[in-house]
Order: sequence, then C-alpha cells, then structure tokens
Amino acid sequence: MSGQPQEQRQAAPQQRSSDGDLLVAQEVRKEFGGLIAINDLTFTIPSRSIVSLIGPNGAGKTTFFNTLTGLYKVTDGQIVFDGSDVTNKPPHAITKLGVGRTFQNIRLFPQMTALENVLVGMHSRLKGGIVGSIIGTPRVRREERDAVQQARELLRFAGLRNVDNELAEALAYGDQRRLEVARALATDPKLLLLDEPTAGMNPQETVTFMEFVSKLREERPVAILLIEHDMKVVMGVSDRVTVLDYGEKIAEGSPLEIQKDERVIEAYLGQGATQ
Amino acid sequence: MPRRRDRARSSLRGYRADASRRSGLHVVGDGWRTLPRPVRQFSPAIALLVLAATYPLYLSSLPSGNVPIIHSFPSVRSAVTILVFTTMAVGLNVVVGYCGLLDLGYVAFYAIGAYTAGWLASGQFQQVRFHFGSVGVTHTANGIHISIWLVLVLAALLTALGGILIGLPTLRLRGDYLAIVTLGFGEIIPQFVRNADSLHGFDLTNGTFGISPIDSPGFGNSLKTSLGLPSAYSQDFDADRLFFWTALGILILTIVCCIRLRDSRLGRAWIAIREDETAAGAMGIPLMRTKTWAYAIGAFFGGISGAYIASFNAGAFPSQFNFNISVFLLCMVILGGMGSIWGVVVAGVILSWLNVEGLANIGTWLNDNIFPAGHQIEVAKYQFGIYGVIIVLMMMFRPQGLIPEARRKREIEESGGHGPLDSSLYEMRSADERGGTGVPHG
Repeated sequence: MSGQPQEQRQAAPQQRSSDGDLLVAQEVRKEFGGLIAINDLTFTIPSRSIVSLIGPNGAGKTTFFNTLTGLYKVTDGQIVFDGSDVTNKPPHAITKLGVGRTFQNIRLFPQMTALENVLVGMHSRLKGGIVGSIIGTPRVRREERDAVQQARELLRFAGLRNVDNELAEALAYGDQRRLEVARALATDPKLLLLDEPTAGMNPQETVTFMEFVSKLREERPVAILLIEHDMKVVMGVSDRVTVLDYGEKIAEGSPLEIQKDERVIEAYLGQGATQ
Repeated sequence: MPRRRDRARSSLRGYRADASRRSGLHVVGDGWRTLPRPVRQFSPAIALLVLAATYPLYLSSLPSGNVPIIHSFPSVRSAVTILVFTTMAVGLNVVVGYCGLLDLGYVAFYAIGAYTAGWLASGQFQQVRFHFGSVGVTHTANGIHISIWLVLVLAALLTALGGILIGLPTLRLRGDYLAIVTLGFGEIIPQFVRNADSLHGFDLTNGTFGISPIDSPGFGNSLKTSLGLPSAYSQDFDADRLFFWTALGILILTIVCCIRLRDSRLGRAWIAIREDETAAGAMGIPLMRTKTWAYAIGAFFGGISGAYIASFNAGAFPSQFNFNISVFLLCMVILGGMGSIWGVVVAGVILSWLNVEGLANIGTWLNDNIFPAGHQIEVAKYQFGIYGVIIVLMMMFRPQGLIPEARRKREIEESGGHGPLDSSLYEMRSADERGGTGVPHG
C-alpha cells in the first residue's frame, strides 16, 4: 500500500499549489465557556489537495470542522472559502458555496432510501418549487429525473450497487460510510471534509476506502480535508498534514516531516519520548 | 402495500421476501400482480373514492338503527364534519409527520381560517358594503360578502401567512420547546377572538357570540340556469349533499397536494429534517425556511378547512376552537402513522366519526343490546378516557400507526432495482462484494 500511491502524489504538488488556496482560516478561535477548543488557528487548504488534520483525542479537530461548516460560531477569527467570507454563515449557505462533509458518527437519514439520501444532498442545486412540484410542470419533472439519474451515478461512483432503494439504516456499516460520502459529493463540493471516514472499518475496508479517495481526487476537482486516526491512511494519502494539540497547531508539513517532528511525537507519546 | 414494506424492512435486497412470496396463498395476489402497474396503483384508490362520493346516494338504502355496534351509519351532515377534520389531519401531518415538528396549536390555523371566512363573507362589518360574487345574499346587505370559493383561497393564504408569522419566532426551537410554544399560540388565538369585540371600539370578532351568519358556497343564478349547478348551497333542498361533495373535493385536493409535495425536493427536505436536523443543514437544506414552509403548508390546509366549516356551520364561534381540537388532530396523525397520508386519512375518518356521532351511537347500541336496563352507560361522556385508552393501546401494540409510512422504493422507471429481478441482483452484488474484498492488502 505504501509504495504506489505515494509516487503518484509526489508528481502533483507544484501544479496543485499554483491554483491558490481554496480555504483560508485566519486565527480562528473557538471557546466553550472557559475552555479554549481552538486557539487562534491559522490554516489553509490549497485547491485540489488532500490535507489531513490529526491530533490526540480532544485536540479540537472536529470542533474545527464544525466551525468550517458553520455548525459552530467562531469566537474570533475569519474563514474565507473560495474567495467569500463564510465566517459564522449558516451551514446550508456554506454547503451551497461548495463545502461537503461527512460526520464522525454516521449521520444519514435512516428512514430514507440510499437514493433519497443522495437526492437530499442535491437540494441546494435543484430548483423545484412548491407550486411546480404540486402541478408537476415539465421543468420540475425533468429536473427530478436528471437528479435521480445523477444520484444513481454517484451511488455507483461511491461503490454502492443495487442498494438504491434500501433504507439507509438497513445498509452494512461500510456501505453507510460510502453513502455518507456519496451524499456529501451530491452537494457538488469544492472541498470535502471527511471526519474519521475509516473509523470502525476493518483493514480491508480501509484499503478500499483509500483507493476510493485516490479515485476521487483523480476524477473530480475536489480538495479533501481529512480527520483521521489511522496513520497508515494519513501518511498514505495526504499532501500535507497538520497536527493539532489542545486547539493549537503544533506542526504542519509533508507526511515525512510530520513523522519526524519532535513536538508531534511528544504530543502523542508524552514528554521525553524523543530522548 | 404492507408486503412491500416488509420487504424493505426485514430483508436485505428483497431476497428473503421474494422467496416467501412464492410460497403460498397468493393465487389471487398473483393475478393482481399481473395487472399493469397504473391499474394496481390507482384502482383501490378509485374504488374507495367512488364508494365515498356516492355515500349520500346509497346512505338511505343502508340499514339504520340497530346496526351491530355502530348502531347507524353517519348522516351526511356528520360526514361533512368528518371530511373536514380529516383534511385538517392531513394538513397537520405535513408539519408533524413529514417535518417532525410537534405542533400542539394547530387549532389556531383552524380559527384563523374560520374567522377569515367570517370577515370576508358575512355581515360582520356593517360599516361597509362590498359584494363580490357572493350568492344567496341580497344585494343591499351590509358587510363584506365575497364568493366563498374565493374566500376559501384567501383564508388558506392568510392562514399560511399566519403560519409563517407564528413559525418565524418559534421554529428556531426544537422538540419539546417548540411544542410548548405552539401550545401557547393555540391558546392565544382563540382567546384573542373571544376578546376582540372592542379593539379601541372596533368590533373585529363579535366576542363570545361569534360571527354568524356566514354566507354559503354556491354558483349563482346564471350558472344554475345554464348548467344546473346549485345557486347557493344553503338554499338547496339537499344542502348537506352539496357540502359533502365539496368537502370530499377539498380533501382529495389536499391529499394530492400532500403526496406531490412529499415526493418533491421540498418533501425530501422535510423528511431529512425530521430524520436528522443537523445533517440536513449540513447537506445544504436551509432549516428555517424549510420548516417555515412546512408550517405554512400545514396552516394552508388548516385555514381552508376552517373557512369551509365556518361556511358549512354558517358561523364561527370562539367555543369551537379549544385545545382539545389540536390534541384530537394530533391523535389522528399518531394513530394513523406519522407521515403516512393514507393512515392519517383512515384514522381521521375513524376518530372524527367517533367524535361526531360514533361514540353516542355505539353507546346507544350497547345500551339497547348488551347492558341490562337500569345499568346503562352514556358512552359519549367517557370520550376522552376512551381516546386515551386507544392511544395507549396503539403505543403499546402498534406504535408505528395503523398504516405506517412506506418510506422506500419510489418506483422510478429506469430503476428496475426490485421486483422479480431482486434475487439475480442479489447474486450480482455478492459477486461484486467478493471482488471488493479481493484487493491485496497494504
């Protein structure tokens, strides 16, 4: 697993970074009462890159995700996505601009079919209004037909076959993870946030998933921000790794640099581990 | 219907149910399945519709008095009320069943609709004289008299607006908090109409006396002579029948609208919010706007029902609009199965029948046939106890409702992902899975 994807990756970075930064977070701060969950974090994601966010439990990774997607309001700082200020915008507005996400603990719509889950993801791209839907105007019908078609393609793309009409809650765990990604892709994101996508997967499923991520970046113009605990995944797919600890960025760099960074080792293994 | 749902629920990829379906007793069922899908899909509904629409015609030939248990079939007049309440239940189902917003104040929409009819089609405002297409009213009568057909639409729109206004501050709340605030609004509106007989000297609602008489629907004299349509319902010999058919029309319109909306982009968004609000927001659904729409649509049908029943009763009275109605409608939604239109229709018909005359009739039958003389019980007095028992029993034995929502398998033509193909697809899938796990390890 380590050899082949790594070579592919190294060919690309220069070209990619020249596209400029898709997301710029400036000194983002998030406090919960007295607790500082994110401490003046400055962070960028270049276009079409895969950036990983790692750190010990409670380091503020998911909190940062939630501020990026508008689920939490930041205490201070600014987030600019694709040229527009998205600080403290409501989640749906940020999604509409092109940020898709998955959740750490799967949050599908359990009583909806796989297909419907994906269709919900397309919500902001569709236009069908109330009156048009009730009357069934040709425009709305056509839009709906196209949407269903696209949703099916997305399900195939995510590797889900013949489960279109299954309720999401009835899917196998790995398929639920895939469906969440398909649903996020349905929002047509420029930036895809994956929160521990391989949590609970067995090694085989993890490998399949990583291949899927590689395929994703080859076939779609999407940048990926990944929270992940599985270091094999992180080191295998990332262009850049950022390490958080107690809400602060303690290191940033290529996977190789991060592996050698003393502060990172300290954060994970405790003081004195490097001596 | 139930079989399909079971397939989705109990079996992965419809495999097991497919086998069990072949196994027995389905001779009739198999014949049924060979019919083209539109026939299968629509003929039960059409049969039901015909049965309902012709009810006033064959009611007189049905046995009356001493029918086992139900004693007698509901009168056409009761049937109108039943249909209107069912319409409201279907409207409330949009709010509670689809969008998952617990609304304990739906009666407010009923009241707004009824009073809108009162304002726009009665002699309430004696200071003015405005007639527009009204029927059965002398042209010299004071007050605003607008055609009831138009009033129904206006009342529905105004109530929808009321729903939006109530929704904007309340829909930011979730769950129980929303329920409490809507409960408040459900109390405020009737209190307001009860006391709004002197707003700085202006009589808006005529206080506890209510607004009466309210004009009746109808088509006017020219359409009567040319097409034979009734001029004004109230002046017709068979007024109740006319009201019945109109109420049935409104109910059908409501059902069609709700089905279309459910299967639309907006309906998906409602259900997504019900399933997981946070995830729905993260998928690009504007939560406030979508929930407000649910409220507005629910209010729309509440308003049209309120206006219609005000016209039917020829009056709107504050005593009609109490908290019981909100709970009663909510019971219909829960009993029928939240989100299931047909379930709500069935439960709505049953519960409102019990309320209008069913319980009294059952009581009469019990007293006549079961209870000995001297030990007779007035069943209708125990109505809320009886409803309570029904709800408790439902929650214990069938919490999903009479006809649970069939959330699955929207049959879209190019799909072919079910039906007799299921088992072969299942095999394809297993092959696929084998392929998936055959990837070399890292």
